[in-house]
Amino acid sequence: MNYHNYATRLRIDLCIRMLHAYFDGKLIEKIDRIPLDMRPRGGEHARCCIYRDRAIIRQRCISVLGFGTGPEEDELTPLADYARRALERTLIEGPVLHVIEEGCSSCIRSRYEVTNACRGCLARPCMLNCPRRAIRIVQGHADIDPALCVNCGKCLGECPFHAIIRIPIPCEEACPVDAITKDEQGRAVIHFEKCIFCGKCMKACPFGAIMEKSQLFDVLEQIRRGCRVVAMVAPSIIGQFPGSLGQIAAGLEKLGFCAVVEVAHGADMTARHEAAEFTERMARGDACMTSSCCPAYTDLVKKHVAGLAPFVSSAATPMHAMGAWVKQQFDPQARTVFIGPCFAKRHEALFDSCVDYVMTFEELGALLVAREIDVAALDAVDVEPAGRREGRGFAVSGGVTRAVAGLLADGAGAPLVVPALVDGLSKKTIALLKTVARERQPGNFIEVMACEGGCVSGPGVVAPGAAAVRQLEKFLENSQAIRNGCADQHSHAQR
Amino acid sequence: MKKVTVRVCSGTTCFVMGASNLQMLHEYVPEELRDWVDIQGAHCLELCRDRNYGAAPYITIDDEIVAEADLSLILERIEQRVRG
Repeated sequence: MNYHNYATRLRIDLCIRMLHAYFDGKLIEKIDRIPLDMRPRGGEHARCCIYRDRAIIRQRCISVLGFGTGPEEDELTPLADYARRALERTLIEGPVLHVIEEGCSSCIRSRYEVTNACRGCLARPCMLNCPRRAIRIVQGHADIDPALCVNCGKCLGECPFHAIIRIPIPCEEACPVDAITKDEQGRAVIHFEKCIFCGKCMKACPFGAIMEKSQLFDVLEQIRRGCRVVAMVAPSIIGQFPGSLGQIAAGLEKLGFCAVVEVAHGADMTARHEAAEFTERMARGDACMTSSCCPAYTDLVKKHVAGLAPFVSSAATPMHAMGAWVKQQFDPQARTVFIGPCFAKRHEALFDSCVDYVMTFEELGALLVAREIDVAALDAVDVEPAGRREGRGFAVSGGVTRAVAGLLADGAGAPLVVPALVDGLSKKTIALLKTVARERQPGNFIEVMACEGGCVSGPGVVAPGAAAVRQLEKFLENSQAIRNGCADQHSHAQR
Repeated sequence: MKKVTVRVCSGTTCFVMGASNLQMLHEYVPEELRDWVDIQGAHCLELCRDRNYGAAPYITIDDEIVAEADLSLILERIEQRVRG
């Protein structure tokens, strides 16, 4: 669970430096110096030399400014140009993820290798069992010819000394839908027609070579120009920063957001809608219904498991419901920013007119540091309307089921919920979902979370792990539950 | 053996730069040392001033300041201190 590491630190450090320059009113003047400041002459470097490091940091800057770094990028374009374009930009474009080309270490194609634990034994089971005759003995050691090897892995199981290892490619290994592969130069390429924007590749890459195109400066420019910008915080924000929800909201107001609302309120609408829809579906004899709040999952259905589509709930995601609430009830002119742990939401928001921008907790963290806001020292402000326990629980795996089952438990004649939870999307759980589409097993209410553990372990968190989860659970215990049945408000959540 | 006081900064900067991982520090202190270590949460220790954020998170062990504190570094320093 703990993936706080140097790659994360570097990203946050870079963000903070860019934000300092921005708040000093000198982003354009100073940005080209940032890679040099971070890797000064004669200093330490992570890769081969400071120049390579600087080239990578330069590309990271481009990504934080919200642009991609593809083959079309001209290395002679100063960062100042990108910064200027970022500050003038009004439209944001996908795809939201991209590979930092210089940063990708071009890991060797997933393969098997004989280590020096090989004793060059007499039996040589690796050689005999290789279906491609790819193994020879060279100077008393087994040797695999990569041109012949088909990565079947038979040799690995045969070696009595465990001398053969498999070297995986972390990003390919992590991608549940085979959307990331190598190009001719060995660099990672994301195939967006398959990608569900779950962010697992980014978490997995030890070189931090996969980054999001940030919208940080778009949001800040909206605030600077005096627009009313509303922060919509995901329930998983509890435990991500020191202090209470009210204190975090106070911090956001200090940053210039005109209001702070809980996406949990939208999740309450989603839960009500799902409870009512579930009742209808069971009455008309549907085999099951699945949740629809996780955008990586709904994208998965669209792109990879079409058979499940008729069973996905029609409820809007909590983010959409809340965005619509802000635009209808608060101020139609307001700009809405979803703040959460999720990359898929950034992709979802590209196509949602009610949600203008998306920020991650990591970006919010950098922003609070750059503005020297100590959350725990602030006086809490009220966040209205307050989310209920049902909606706030959406942040943890099993929470959607708990909400829907809880709402139905009140009503007489409500259908029995037989829950099934898909906790984390992987090749294995996707295979399971495909059987659900065919065989209608194993329950009638299926909750799917792309991230194992739920949103609390999303790719954009700053505080991963048990401590944050514990704080959230305490917060849920102290939250008021929705008392009365489900009928009153669910029309809000209809798309 | 000498008793030590550890203060973990929970200012926003330290928290964001990794102190969130130190919230359960007490669980990682080896059992034989537990009686000798007093772990306290602390409001911002104000060690991150002068924009020296890169070195966060900070903790203190008695009067010693430990920058870029991670679990293994802290446990190593605690052990050294306690055992003198």
